[in-house]
Formats: sequence, structure tokens, C-alpha cells
Amino acid sequence: MGTIVPLPSTPVEAVPTSPERDLLAESTSISQPPSAFEVAANRAFRGLALAFAWGAVLVVVWVVGEVGHVAQPAIRAYGLGFMSGTVWDANRQSFGILPQIFGTLYTAVIGLTFGTIFGVAIAIFLSEGFLATFVDRALRALGFAEHPWLVTLPTRVEAVLKITLELLAAIPSVVYGLWGIFVVIPLVRPGADWFNAHLGWIPLFGTNLSGPGILPASLVLAIMVLPTISALSRDALVAVPVRLREAAMGLGATQWEAILGVILPAAATGIFGSIVLGFGRALGETIALAMLAGNANVISWSLFSPCSTLAALLANHFPEAGTIEVGALMYAALVLLSITLLVNIIGAVILQRAEAGLRGLR
Amino acid sequence: MRSQQPSVLLVCIAMASASLLGRSAAHGADNITLQGTGATFPAPFYQRWFAGYHNLHPEVQINYQALGSGAGVKQFTDKLVDFGASDAAMTDDEIKQVQGGVVMLPMTAGSVVLGYNLPGFTGDLRLSREAYAAIFLGKITAWNDPKIAAANPGVTLPATKITPVERSDGSGTTFVFTNHLSAISNEWKTGPGTGKSINWPVGVSGKGNAGVTALLKQTPGAIGYVEYGYAKETKLPMALLENKSGKYVKVDLPSEQAALAGVEMPADLRAWLPDPGGADAYPIVTYTWLLCYKTYAKAEVANALKAVIRYGLTDAQKFSSDLGYIPLPENVVAAVTKALDQITP
Repeated sequence: MGTIVPLPSTPVEAVPTSPERDLLAESTSISQPPSAFEVAANRAFRGLALAFAWGAVLVVVWVVGEVGHVAQPAIRAYGLGFMSGTVWDANRQSFGILPQIFGTLYTAVIGLTFGTIFGVAIAIFLSEGFLATFVDRALRALGFAEHPWLVTLPTRVEAVLKITLELLAAIPSVVYGLWGIFVVIPLVRPGADWFNAHLGWIPLFGTNLSGPGILPASLVLAIMVLPTISALSRDALVAVPVRLREAAMGLGATQWEAILGVILPAAATGIFGSIVLGFGRALGETIALAMLAGNANVISWSLFSPCSTLAALLANHFPEAGTIEVGALMYAALVLLSITLLVNIIGAVILQRAEAGLRGLR
Repeated sequence: MRSQQPSVLLVCIAMASASLLGRSAAHGADNITLQGTGATFPAPFYQRWFAGYHNLHPEVQINYQALGSGAGVKQFTDKLVDFGASDAAMTDDEIKQVQGGVVMLPMTAGSVVLGYNLPGFTGDLRLSREAYAAIFLGKITAWNDPKIAAANPGVTLPATKITPVERSDGSGTTFVFTNHLSAISNEWKTGPGTGKSINWPVGVSGKGNAGVTALLKQTPGAIGYVEYGYAKETKLPMALLENKSGKYVKVDLPSEQAALAGVEMPADLRAWLPDPGGADAYPIVTYTWLLCYKTYAKAEVANALKAVIRYGLTDAQKFSSDLGYIPLPENVVAAVTKALDQITP
């Protein structure tokens, strides 16, 4: 419902054909002021959009308020010691979440490291048209390049790859969890055993892999954040002005030099934004981690050790929790919320700084 | 896509109206819906029992939501349901909170088994009470430990590291298992203790019987506790456990029934079996209870519930052994049938 008014159906002959025709007057005759209904519709739309925007904020405030309210008794009872305690024992009403905070951050950081490396590589691959060029060359070599059915094949192959990647985001978390148990764990076990046996003196490989643990959990997390990172990074790379690339090439840079030296730095803010979003996703991931982390109250730097995360703790203990434990769980949820908020704020600040530094490029 | 839309819409409307019509038609014939929530442990048996009753009496619809024993007791206490179910009988304090009184009826019994994964090992694994308590305490860490080997003469066990597998979510199965461990090991009793969720000293944990079973199957050297019906269905190797009289017992119907036979059913039907006696008794067995109110506001609800339970005590007991549960002994059936009289409209 815009303010576009349909052209009046008056035939052209009806316009008086005087030599000094006032063109301006004519043009105003087809664009009239918006009707009262259109003004009202506009206002209503604006009001509705505003209401929804504030509604979303209100929901967040409401959730935080409710969680905070239920958490009150636990906050009063356990205080800040809750965050440094290492035991979660409902029988003795003793609750601490340091292992969970550690596990949440550790799995998220490792998962994100893998996810970023692969995600950005995929984004470069897709944005630079490597695949399309390859398919095009293959077609040329076979002599099919001019075939009417195959002209669009290179771009279509690229689109299929992009859609397939985005499909990863649509797979339910529980499927990732099962896939992790039945595929990832057996896959990484031989490598993990070797690293533990030969390089066990490095803390990173200090324990043996008993099945679920930090490494399988992080690998699955990496795949889960991959679509977010690759799609948003690709958009950022595509948005880099063509003249930058042309200038780099013109100065004699090879394609790799242009990508690494000019295009990636120019797209850095967008890529960083995608990483921050991916981090948020990794922190909040629940079921796949509840299935793969091992849920053991352990703090260990070893990649093969089991761990526990805040979201998994909530999922595991909430259904059977008594009143006091529910309070403690809500307190843990508040901590998780604060961590996510903190990460987003830090991300936003870094993003702003980076943006300021790159302003000259645009 | 676009051409399909009208037909999709039509199908939706047709389905919605059909279900509405179906509902109103069914409601016309004095339909009764009983709502229940509780333990996951007996859920397969309950589902089968309720479905069996519904087939015979289509006017009675029974919804059972297996949300866990804790949720069962909570919703029952808050009077959100018509009946609850729990693997741990309600305590006196919990009973006091229910206005009008509670009738607790043991409806079936089941066992918790220790499943394991030892690649290359065939035959029966025997575990002494000392050994399996020590495994879950983290005192025994390798399969070739002398304490395990002593019970398995003539068998060479690998030096594989033991990975205990536990339930990460709160569960009645965990309660039954830790209640047993507390009964046989003083160190367990004063250490991790008994409960639906435990601060485990060692091991990894999975969500639900399914999660534990998946981890057991994927982890060489793992040992974990699962409900017998589940282990039977997934063909998990199960250890022979030493019982109170020092005999190594395999879990099967006779050994389970022997365990139940050794327990006298008290008047309030709250029989705890943390460590059943009897020479051939399987050691980790439990009853599981249906929680009913003493009085119901509507007479037809009370009568329908009593009829459902009567069917559960007689015909439904025949399904139980197929599903891995233990049919109730005759004397228990008689006692529960008598207790039904306490439920009044």
C-alpha cells in the first residue's frame, strides 16, 4: 500500500492541444495528494511496525525478568560463589557452574575456530567464482561451451553448492547429535588415540578419548555454525567494490595477493560480524552438545576430555528439578544470557573500531 | 507451487472440519479422558496397557505423558492430572502436600541392568558387588583389574580403560541404581548418595536410556546402567551381577520374580527393594507406582480409572514380560485390587 496512484485512463486526445501546454500542470494532474485512507494506512503500518519492534524488545525483557525472578532465591543463597563452584549436586543442594562456563566457552571457541577457517575458505571459493571458472573451462575443453543448454551450467553449479551449504542450517540439532555419536566419534577416535599416545605430554592431548568429549562436540558445532559464517562472509566479499580488485590487479598483484591483501581486509568487518553471530549460535546450542559433550563436571584443557555446557546442563536437569534446583538452573540461564550479551557487545565494539579504520577504503 | 495452494488449503480445511466433527461426535457418547503424567521407566508398558484398554472401551481415552517421575509427582501434587506415575514412591512429606489423600499402586516392576562394550570379549561377564560399586566410584579403572578378574576365572580380560556411562538427565532409573549402590556400599552412601540425578565421580553421561545405549555401543570399554526392557530391545550385552547371597545372577524373568518374592508388601504398598534377598534374586529391581487421589470430583472419572487399573492388574500383566517388565506376583495383585476400594468418587 504505497502512495503510487494509478494513471488516469483519460485518453491523450482529451488534453487540450494548445501550443503553450503547461507540462508541469499536466504532470500534477496524474499525481494527486494521497487520499485520507492512504494516509491512515501509512500511519497504521508505521504504528504496527513500531509495535512489533518494541514487542520483540519486550519479550526479551519479559524473559529476562521472569528468569531473574525465579532465580532470585538461588542468587541470594549462592551469590557469586555459584560461578566459581565446581560441583552440581542436587542431593546436597550444592550448586556451582564453573565447569559449565568453561565448557561452554571452550567448545564454542574451538568450534568457531574450525568453523571460521572452513567458512571463510568456502566464502572465498564461492565469491571468486572459482567453481564457475572451472566448470566453464571444462565445458570449453569438451567443446560444449556454446551449447544452449549448458551456457548457464557454471552459475547453476555454484548456486547448487550455495543452497546445499545453507541447507546445513535446516538440519535439526538432534540429528547433528546422533550423527556426532555414530559418525564423528568413531572417525576421530584413531587420531585422538594416536595424539594421546605420542603427544600426551601436551595438555591439549592429555587424556584419552572416551567417546563424547570436547573435540567431537566442537567439530559438530563447527559444522553447525558453518552456514552462518560462509553465507554472511560471502555476502561481505561480494560487496567489496570491483574497483578495489581491479586496482590491485592493475598494480600487478596475483589473484591470491589480491584476495589476501586487499579483498579480505576490505570485507573484514562483514566477516567478523558473521563470526560474532556464529559465536552466539555456538554458545546457545543445546541438544547436540548435551548428546556429545559427555556432561561430566570436569575442567580440562584436553581436547579429548568430556565436558559440560550451560545449555546442556539446563536441558538435562530442568525436567526433574525440584524448586531449589530450578532456581539454580535459572541462575545458570542468567549467566549464559550475560555471556552471550557480553560477546555481542564486545563484537559490536570491535566491529565499530574496524569499520572506522577501514572508512578510507570506501 | 502456486497452482497447488488452493488444493492444499482445501485439504487443510477438510482435515480441520473432519477432526472437529469427529471430536464432537465422540463427545456425544459420554467420552471420558483420563490425563496422566510421570515416569519414563514403565512408559512402554503403560502405553500398551492404555492402548489395550482403549481398544476394548473406545469411550475411554487415556493420555499418558512420560515426562519423568519428578514431573509426575509435581503435576499430581498440583492436581493438574487425573493420575501420576513415579519410580520412587512418594515420601511422607510429599503425601502431606496432597489434599484429600493419595493411593499409591504398584502396577509393574522392572530391573536395571549393567550393559557393557568389550570388543572381542564373548561369554558372560561377572561383576562382584564390590567391583561394580568401585567402577562407578572410579576406584577400578581398567578391565583387567584383579577385582574383576577374580570373579571371571579362566577368562582373559583386556587392559582397556573402563568408561562408566551414566544418565545426564534426572531419572527414576538413576534413583533405582543409586539406591541399590547405597545399600551395598557404605562408601557410595556417604559419597555420591541416592537420587534422581547424581554428582558422578567419574565417567561420561548421555541423555535418556537411548543416549546411554548409544554411548555404550560407541565406546569400547564402556559400562553403563539401563532399564532392562531397553537393553533387551537393543541387544546390549549385560553383566551377571552378584546378589546378596553371593551368587552371580543373570537378569531374566525367574531371577526377577525371585527378587520380588523376597519382599513383603507393606499395607501402604510402598515396598522398597534396594537389595533383595533370596538365593536366585536379581539384585537391582524396583516396583513402579501409579499415583491416584483418594477422592475424585466426578464419579465417572473415578470409576473409569478404577476399571482401567483393574484391567492393568489382570489382562495387561500378560504384556509385561514381552516388554521386559516383571508381572506382579499374585499376592501383590490381590493387595492392589483391595487398595482400589480406597478410591471413591
